[in-house]
Amino acid sequence: MSDLALYSPAAADGASVLKRSDVSVTRAAPLARLAFRGDATAAGKAGAAFGASLPMTPLAANPVGKRAALWLGPDEWLLLAAPETETQDVPWSLARSLFDEVETALATIPHALVDVSERNVALIVSGPGAARLLNTQVFLDLDESVFPVGQVTRTLFTKAEITLWRTAPDTFVLECWNSFAPYIEGLLATAPEDAT
Amino acid sequence: MLLIHCPWCGIERPEIEFRCGGEAHIDRPGQPGDLDDRQWADFLYMRSNPKGLLAERWRHVHGCGRFFNAVRHTVSDSFVCVYKTGEPCPDLEALAREGAQ
Ligand SMILES: [Zn+2]
Repeated sequence: MSDLALYSPAAADGASVLKRSDVSVTRAAPLARLAFRGDATAAGKAGAAFGASLPMTPLAANPVGKRAALWLGPDEWLLLAAPETETQDVPWSLARSLFDEVETALATIPHALVDVSERNVALIVSGPGAARLLNTQVFLDLDESVFPVGQVTRTLFTKAEITLWRTAPDTFVLECWNSFAPYIEGLLATAPEDAT
Repeated sequence: MLLIHCPWCGIERPEIEFRCGGEAHIDRPGQPGDLDDRQWADFLYMRSNPKGLLAERWRHVHGCGRFFNAVRHTVSDSFVCVYKTGEPCPDLEALAREGAQ
């Protein structure tokens, strides 16, 4: 669906938020997620320890297998990792071991690392109508010439802050805070069909 | 919708992603205890408030999260230029002359 090894649909009942002929919205299985802040030196070492280098280009993402490092700001990244064997629970042990590896590599270098595995959930928005559906609530130009595959950004979904990542021409991954998910899912599920 | 260029993201984004942080280039006094009440009040409250170009702090709060500075026209609301925090304030009079031409 997302054309990435990182995201897979959640198996739980209710994982399907919206299913139409032109677009579907599905909750993704939980991931290990780390919020990282630091300068270029710290980012270099963090990438080596994490297993996917932290992109220095604005709005860039670097997916490597079941890991990805997403640029959020000039000194801020979101690190994502899926366990090797699929699980429907938050992969705590993976989050813990990645956290420890990055901390060890950066022992003497100023930085901030926070485990946000349980803070975020991800929605996979896929299909030829994906951009038009998102544009009912996201005020960005999602044409591929402006927002190409691979681009990732924080932005607003009406009033909720999200991180939007285009993983394929017709597929976006929307990362949002757990507590915002019902609001976002509700607005997506009830978006008027003639708007998409 | 007003589009604002973020110098960190290198891209134009809708106004709703941003917050204005007031006039830029106002240094906090190094020794507040050495100031009398009037001087402290001047630092806290008195702003240039021009009819024309003004350098302001803006934050891309729902994007990269970083502060930057922008020169904005207080009458037309148009953005003349943006620059990163720490970079010098452009010559506002020269920018105003360019704009008038
Ligand atoms: Zn920005």
